[in-house]
Amino acid sequence: MTTDGPLASLDGITCDLGHGPVLRDVTFDIEPGTFTGIVGPSGSGKTTLLKTLLTTIRPVSGRLVRRPGLRIAYVPQVETIDWTFPVTVAEVLHMARAGRHLRPWPSEAERREVASLLERLGLDGLGGRHIRALSGGQQQRVFLARALLGRPDLLLLDEPTSGVDVRTRHDLLHLLGDLHSGGQAIVLTTHDLNGVATHLPRLVCLNTEVTAIGPPAEVLTPAVLERTYGAPLDVLIHAGLPFVVDIPLGSTDHFHAGHAHLPTNEGLPTNEGQPTGPATGATR
Amino acid sequence: MIDLLLEPFEYAFLRNALVVCTVGGMLCGLLGVFVVLRGLSYLGHGLSHAIFGGAALSAALGISYFIGAGIWGLATGLAIGRVTRKRPIGSDAAIGVLTTAGFAFGIVLLGLSTKVGRSIEATVFGSVLGVTGADTWMVVGATVVTVAVVVGWYRPLLFTTFDPEVAEASGVPTARYDALLMLLLCGAVLTTMRVMGVTLIAAALVVPAVVARMLTDSFGRMLVLSTVIGGATGLVGMYLSYHLDVASGAAIVLLQFAVFVVVFVATGIRDAVRRRPVATAST
Repeated sequence: MTTDGPLASLDGITCDLGHGPVLRDVTFDIEPGTFTGIVGPSGSGKTTLLKTLLTTIRPVSGRLVRRPGLRIAYVPQVETIDWTFPVTVAEVLHMARAGRHLRPWPSEAERREVASLLERLGLDGLGGRHIRALSGGQQQRVFLARALLGRPDLLLLDEPTSGVDVRTRHDLLHLLGDLHSGGQAIVLTTHDLNGVATHLPRLVCLNTEVTAIGPPAEVLTPAVLERTYGAPLDVLIHAGLPFVVDIPLGSTDHFHAGHAHLPTNEGLPTNEGQPTGPATGATR
Repeated sequence: MIDLLLEPFEYAFLRNALVVCTVGGMLCGLLGVFVVLRGLSYLGHGLSHAIFGGAALSAALGISYFIGAGIWGLATGLAIGRVTRKRPIGSDAAIGVLTTAGFAFGIVLLGLSTKVGRSIEATVFGSVLGVTGADTWMVVGATVVTVAVVVGWYRPLLFTTFDPEVAEASGVPTARYDALLMLLLCGAVLTTMRVMGVTLIAAALVVPAVVARMLTDSFGRMLVLSTVIGGATGLVGMYLSYHLDVASGAAIVLLQFAVFVVVFVATGIRDAVRRRPVATAST
């Protein structure tokens, strides 16, 4: 694979799944080693965008250019997984090499690699367990491990923190941060603006069209959020990070169309190129 | 006891039937895992009915049953996939439309031609009479090919069964594996249908896999268990058929149902015991 230029370029991508455009004129690049979050309301085209990158959905217009030989791995939403399927953790991981290692049993080298990865992800000793018999965080990490075993150039995750508790979200975000520090390019979708999106280096705000692209501090503004979500939202700054708050219906006592600073945040670090720790207990 | 076991071996057609039932049971058990886990339990039922039309046409035209019915079955299976993908029709509805049309076509031929009627009757109800050495070689050949494919392409078959969308995104050509499984399924139905019967073969495809599923949470172990259960019930069912003088397909399916009931009850008790809270001693 060549190493120059973006991993993937979307240029004016429009997708229509039969009921009108799901994505319209989407243009942005994914550079090597970057960590991008895609945010937007339900039905805004986030999953469609990931599937366009995977080429399982073909755009009706526009151009997707992927680096020749690009390896993409995909971690699906946990809600789409059939948890009743008879499959153990080890069997899930062996799917990673489905296209290259055809024989059912793993080679010694693969066995070592799987054991090492399971240990790294805190899953050692769970290889023989059925996937349903794991905690939510362990389940998410199993599918992340399957993706990583494919040694991807680009890792795509669809709502990786959906339905998990704060601690699991915290651990997963740190794990992804470590992978990103090691040079892994990551794109994830999320509904969680304060727990996930605000800690990422770069966001793409999407509502069929791209409404903004940039660091959270630049794009998580009341104006962009209103264009993206179609509802008035306020933004507070805490520890240098923007946090989005709902404006209660009928309320007149809210922060008006701009960033409001909480007084205790001055001097705290901000995210620059790396995901920061999640906002556990950051706002009161 | 030994006499009871060896008695059927005195007749060539019964020897052949024992091989077809045992090996065919293993074949159906193995493929049944994919049928059940892909939610295609109705497909085995439908495919046998569709192939009935092809079998009737082969008999009417005087061509080989395996060639005529095989082409018919494969075409029907691929058409089901195409109709399901191209239109907003569920696979169960597409199976219902296309396979019953094939069965109806066979019935029409059955009424029009006495030549067809003689060879088709055994196909509908299943019979061990007239099972030839060629039939045994066909089922053994289909089983060897199927086992080789399942072992050789185990991982992509598992991936496309568990998570077809991610498999496709990971570069696994899912449509090709779907077609490959359809081809193997047609082979299994064709080679075992005359002994099992059109109306009963679906159970031979589904029941061993369902029983195996209740016994394990591992895909690999389920494949092995389902194959063993299919082969064992095929063999024992065939003996029961001979000694009780009942139809071979019915004997095998009833035996499989009995195994299902036993395992269902036993695993239910096991699960209830596991869920029972441990009593704590109070002082």
